[in-house]
Amino acid sequence: MEQPLVELKSVSKYFGSVIALKDVSFDVRAGEVHCLLGDNGAGKSTLIKTLAGAHVPDEGQILVGGQATRFASPKDTLDKGIATVYQDLALVPLMSVARNFFLGREPLKKFGLINQFDVEFANQTAFQQLSDMGIQLRDPEQPVGTLSGGERQCLAIARAIYFGAKVLILDEPTSALGVHQASIVLKLIVQSKARGIGVIFISHNVHHAYVVGDRFTLLKRGKSVGTYAKDDITRDQLLNLMAGGKELIDLEQEVAKLKNRKLQ
Amino acid sequence: MSLELKDERVRKVPLLSKLLSRPELGAIAGTILVFVFFAITAGSSGLFSAKGVINFLEVSAQLGILATAVSLLMIAGEFDLSVGSMIGFAGVIIAIPPIMWGWPVWASVLLAFAACAAVGYFNGVMVVRTGLPSFIVTLGSLFMLRGLTLGVTRGITGRTQASGLHEFSDKDWITPLFAGQLFRAPIQWLSDIGLIEKRADGMPAISGIPVSIIWWIGLTLFCTWLLTRTRFGNWIFAAGGEPNAARNMGVPVARTKIYLFVFTALAAALFATIQVLVTGSADTLRGNQKEFEAIIAVVIGGNLLTGGYGSAIGAMFGALIFGVVQMGIFYTGIDTDWFKLFMGATMVIAVLFNSYVRMRAMRSR
Repeated sequence: MEQPLVELKSVSKYFGSVIALKDVSFDVRAGEVHCLLGDNGAGKSTLIKTLAGAHVPDEGQILVGGQATRFASPKDTLDKGIATVYQDLALVPLMSVARNFFLGREPLKKFGLINQFDVEFANQTAFQQLSDMGIQLRDPEQPVGTLSGGERQCLAIARAIYFGAKVLILDEPTSALGVHQASIVLKLIVQSKARGIGVIFISHNVHHAYVVGDRFTLLKRGKSVGTYAKDDITRDQLLNLMAGGKELIDLEQEVAKLKNRKLQ
Repeated sequence: MSLELKDERVRKVPLLSKLLSRPELGAIAGTILVFVFFAITAGSSGLFSAKGVINFLEVSAQLGILATAVSLLMIAGEFDLSVGSMIGFAGVIIAIPPIMWGWPVWASVLLAFAACAAVGYFNGVMVVRTGLPSFIVTLGSLFMLRGLTLGVTRGITGRTQASGLHEFSDKDWITPLFAGQLFRAPIQWLSDIGLIEKRADGMPAISGIPVSIIWWIGLTLFCTWLLTRTRFGNWIFAAGGEPNAARNMGVPVARTKIYLFVFTALAAALFATIQVLVTGSADTLRGNQKEFEAIIAVVIGGNLLTGGYGSAIGAMFGALIFGVVQMGIFYTGIDTDWFKLFMGATMVIAVLFNSYVRMRAMRSR
């Protein structure tokens, strides 16, 4: 079997007396979409932050390309080709698309003795990269504030890919989006996969995840419920696992009780 | 990546909507409006004679030097209310050592720049480290500097002013850099061919272009280049627009802001140097309310008070409007008491206009 790009091996993370993650294993290979599913408080955020280098695991190992690794900082993780696109996207709405694309990594051009910001290169590259991803800009100098939610998400993803991400961690990229906008982002996820990038797709929306995912890992209360390949599990089974079938039934009964009481 | 590709795939944006998205549009329109207004009401009074033009340009230049720096700081999301006191502070540092202890003027000017840079650095570090609003931190500096200037000046000289600096500064090599005049020969020539009016004694009405105007234009061009064509400029916009996003992308937001506080303080020192060397005196009350005038000019120039948006060119036009109105009211013979009413109203209208333009620009594209 092909070696995973990045792998967590029975990782645990504690915050004081709270067990945030217990014995969780997770990996992603080149050219696959591995979905991380779970309810609020399941430990998704802790897992992402561990993968992104913001948390150091208390137990277990992180392997990058088969080598045991310790991430010194989020910057270090980025240098190793693992890029995280958080929900706030790290975009500045009043600045142009091109300026956002190169924010903090501005291309420079010699101007006499001084290094200037290469505006033309930034505009052309941002425009080209986004149009390769299927996002047609009107003008690379238009402010990010004029983009739709889906386009912004795509800009953040395209930026990460352009700067050499081999593994993309996407934190709830579709959760704040409408159907059409979400579909733009889902298409981009498939495209990234086709480029050989390993995508870790965090979501609590099974419908979105099932469309693009190759494998699914479910987290519940800090533990992994299991990892399933798409062929081994149906959408409904996944839904049931995630919502916890029993919990739903309990809920239905309680609601029914409440209704009856009101009627009396 | 050729130019053809750009032509083929980048849609041409209509000129008007491109113009509407420029921050300085409002200020340029305002400048035209103000010029037309005074051309009608004060056209024959001498406001637009060579002498009148130099008069209002000099007022604009001094404020503009301050405003360009303040605009960069405002784009980065911060205020500096202490620039007004800083002018008085720098002024007495320049004037007292030569008058009292015989220092060369260039040394006291250098000391003033260094002292202001230190205060600016202090302001910046305080804002960045404590996370307090710069409004509060620099309001504190505003009062502290004024009090310090007053106390020290009275302690040393027994008065609150220091005059008679011309005696020392006139022969110092540094004076022409800040208080001199340029282009004397071309002005003489323009006068000879009749384009510039002559005084009764046959000399041209103006003898040259004050250096302060050159400083103003130079500083504006430099700041515009800095904002639009350098990496640091990108960081300025990002620091003011969305500091968290900027930080996450590796932009040194704190350092960027500290540099700009220092830069603003240096602009205040430049303002003071010009003023003190031109007038030959310093007064502890100099620069009073300049912090607000600078903010008015910057805001009229289309800079967003909350940061992240604006331009140095806009601040230049804001300062120009300020100068034209101040001198125009004087030339038309309207009681100058009305000046502040006019400026205050202009600022409010400018802000309304700017926010409307920005909304339109964000939506229509």
